[in-house]
Amino acid sequence: MFPVRVLGLTKDFPQGFWRPRPHRAVDGLSFDIPEGGVFGLLGPNGAGKSTTLKLLLDLLRPTAGRAEILGRPAGDVGARQRLGFLPENPTFYDHLTAEELLEYFAGLFGYRGEDRRARAGAALDRVGLGADRRRPLRQYSKGMVQRVGLAQAIVNDPALVILDEPMSGLDPIGRRDVREMILALRDEGRTVLFSSHILSDAEQLCSRVGILAKGRLVAEGTVGELTRHAGGTDVTASDVPTAFVDRAAARVRKTSRIADGRYRFELAPGERPEPFIADLAAAGAALVSVAPVGASLEDAFLHALGNDVRVDDTRGDRSAAS
Amino acid sequence: MTVRRIALVAWHVFKEHVRDRVLYAIAGFALLLVAASILLGQLTAGEDVKIIKDLGLAVIEGAGLLMTIFLGVGLVSREIDRRSIISLLAKPLPRWQFIVGKYLGLVLTIVVNVAAMTVALFLMLKYLDWRALPVERAAWDAAAADPHLLLATLMIAIELALLTAVALFFSAFSSSALLSLAFTIGIYVTGVFSLDLRRFGDTVEAPSIVSHVVAAIGWIVPAFSAFDLKAQVVHGLPVPASYVTLTAGYGVIYAAAAVVAAILVFSRREFT
Ligand SMILES: Nc1ncnc2c1ncn2[C@@H]1O[C@H](COP(=O)(O)OP(=O)(O)O)[C@@H](O)[C@H]1O
Ligand SMILES: [Mg+2]
Repeated sequence: MFPVRVLGLTKDFPQGFWRPRPHRAVDGLSFDIPEGGVFGLLGPNGAGKSTTLKLLLDLLRPTAGRAEILGRPAGDVGARQRLGFLPENPTFYDHLTAEELLEYFAGLFGYRGEDRRARAGAALDRVGLGADRRRPLRQYSKGMVQRVGLAQAIVNDPALVILDEPMSGLDPIGRRDVREMILALRDEGRTVLFSSHILSDAEQLCSRVGILAKGRLVAEGTVGELTRHAGGTDVTASDVPTAFVDRAAARVRKTSRIADGRYRFELAPGERPEPFIADLAAAGAALVSVAPVGASLEDAFLHALGNDVRVDDTRGDRSAAS
Repeated sequence: MTVRRIALVAWHVFKEHVRDRVLYAIAGFALLLVAASILLGQLTAGEDVKIIKDLGLAVIEGAGLLMTIFLGVGLVSREIDRRSIISLLAKPLPRWQFIVGKYLGLVLTIVVNVAAMTVALFLMLKYLDWRALPVERAAWDAAAADPHLLLATLMIAIELALLTAVALFFSAFSSSALLSLAFTIGIYVTGVFSLDLRRFGDTVEAPSIVSHVVAAIGWIVPAFSAFDLKAQVVHGLPVPASYVTLTAGYGVIYAAAAVVAAILVFSRREFT
């Protein structure tokens, strides 16, 4: 069973006051998320990540296509029994304490009495808010509200947890805690779907990713599949005969001369370095180094996006993350 | 489970209002009016019981109206504005249960407040009764702590429950609390004058199409003035039981229809 199935999902928002024209926020999205593991829905701001997640939750209605959650159509109340959701920049009720909020939500899931109290308490303990549970939420910092949001997303022991930008607005410790929590949820056998515009988060967490750009899924697969596709290899060698350099020109993406007889060859992504190295050795050159380059999700991301995205956009986010 | 979830939502509406300053502002305002009425009552000896009843019922209705309108228009729109609706609707809570829970929660808040004010009014009247001389008592149209007063406050409560449903409908409909406020007040005022609108053609020289439209509006809007039993009760006039049941039934059915309309509107809404 796929906890999340999306088929041809499309969402238009009317834009413009006098002559509203549809603005396509999500465009013919199709993907399935296998059970277990962490799926990262990645893409720059405005790519359609939140819109997609809201369609999964039936907060928005699709213009075309459909979505299934835990084997039921999106919006099915029964499926929500095993679903946890953290909205982007969540807000709750100022007048409630964290404990009251969690007990309210636990009650909506059908837990009663001591069980209800225990589950609310356990969820708050798990996100590190045990000591602040009796304080009203209006006194909470942004990071604490985010933690409350995570607690309410797991209070029902969900099979599927959907998190929209779970790390946004958090300090480094908060980000680390959220990362650890996502991995722990995975280890407990839950399926986690989260969205992020920060690639380093995804790289450390995801078993699979989908990359969105302008509402379209431009790449989808395991992190390994995507990075293998994107990254090449740098091979540096000395004592390289000029004849070999000329011969190699057809096989490499770029050749740079470092010093006399010393060259760096950039092998294209997907080109295996072993035969090339063997040929180098056969030509009498001495191997200096072999380095995989750009085997990061960021390169896969830029590769997948092509020219759709400004490079400084993602780099800025990335540096903010680290 | 359905009943439990609706009760949970309702309970949280009540809890939120109990912790809301708006409620205390209105309650304080009511208290002030009552204090003023006592003062006034002491100036006009003999008339004081009638004045207290008059003012007391008017204050109960007025404070109730303020509560209903100001808390009612925010009932749903506040959840949307602060976006708490997004996490709430991700729970196994069908939208219709959310609306019904919200409605019952505010009705509970209002009924509790009306009941508390009614108790306060009765205590005051009991005190006057105890203080009064037999000759004064003989001049009264009705007993001081007249149980018929309960009928008047019951009708006020039903009127407020109906207005709550109207406010809820606009709250579920529009994305602006100010707009729902304007609509709700507009419907209330129109409803209070619904009888005049129905008789528009008899009293005003106008083209028949206009008087028909005006009369139709008078029939469509909730007839809020029908719930007003204040004068009869204060003056000790009889109120036919059939009138009470008919009016109460009308209020309940109209309120239920407005809640259903709110559900239909709300179920189609999208949240971003
Ligand atoms: N309610 C809305 N009305 C109109 N346009 C919207 C609305 N919500 C989102 N959009 C547009 O849809 C696109 C995708 O938005 P979103 O899903 O929030 O992106 P992301 O979460 O990836 O940053 C953006 O261009 C955004 O402006
Ligand atoms: Mg977003």
